[in-house]
Amino acid sequence: MKRRTFMKGGVVTVVGGSAVVLGLLNSKAAFAAWNEKAFSSPSVDDALKNGFGSTETQDSDQVQIEAPDVAANGAMVQIAVDTQIPKVETIAIISEKNSRPLCCTFRPGPGVRSKVKIRIKMGKTSDVIGVVKAEGKLYTARRSVKVTAGGCG
Amino acid sequence: MASKPMKIRTKTKDGVTTVKALLSHPMETGLRKDKETGKVIPAHFIQELVCKLNGEQKAVFEFGISVSKNPFVQFELEGAAKGDSLELSWKDNQGQTDAQTVAIK
Repeated sequence: MKRRTFMKGGVVTVVGGSAVVLGLLNSKAAFAAWNEKAFSSPSVDDALKNGFGSTETQDSDQVQIEAPDVAANGAMVQIAVDTQIPKVETIAIISEKNSRPLCCTFRPGPGVRSKVKIRIKMGKTSDVIGVVKAEGKLYTARRSVKVTAGGCG
Repeated sequence: MASKPMKIRTKTKDGVTTVKALLSHPMETGLRKDKETGKVIPAHFIQELVCKLNGEQKAVFEFGISVSKNPFVQFELEGAAKGDSLELSWKDNQGQTDAQTVAIK
């Protein structure tokens, strides 16, 4: 009798275990590969090259970036990027003088507007660049943000 | 980890749903030193945030270390109806994850 109970318990554990493994696999598959190279790049050019395969950008009035003129607290700076360019693949936000300039990327799928707002950290006063990738080309808009207390330290 | 659940707010007007999310995460850069011990605090930050509408992937964010602590993001969806299910899930560099599903308002 004892043996039977033990066997039952064993079966349940095995089934439970494989369910956990399957769950892990599924959650992994849901995420695409994070671009480590681009996010650990120490300069804007490197980040662009590793993230978008090109450092060729052009300023565009079809890209708008909204940022505070002065950020009292560099640990939390709200940046908004909006664009009217069609077929946007990626929107990236770059803080020029951070030790890792590439802050984030946003890939809007179908039915998602090419408009994003996010809070970033800024180490010191510098330009914040909104980069929009559409049909293989990079369009940018930049704004200078004065940081009175750095938020990376 | 996810000490606190993420907060998601949605608002639909004229067919456009604005999604605001506040995630709970320390977002450690790995460049900061502990003031008392002088040791580097290991990097711990969200790498990816995925948005799904009714189970279908709609948008993906990738974060670097320069995203603020307790990240805030806002974006807009078109054609989502009230009551649709919106799921946000993230994964950080230490393999921790969190997900939350809300009904669109």
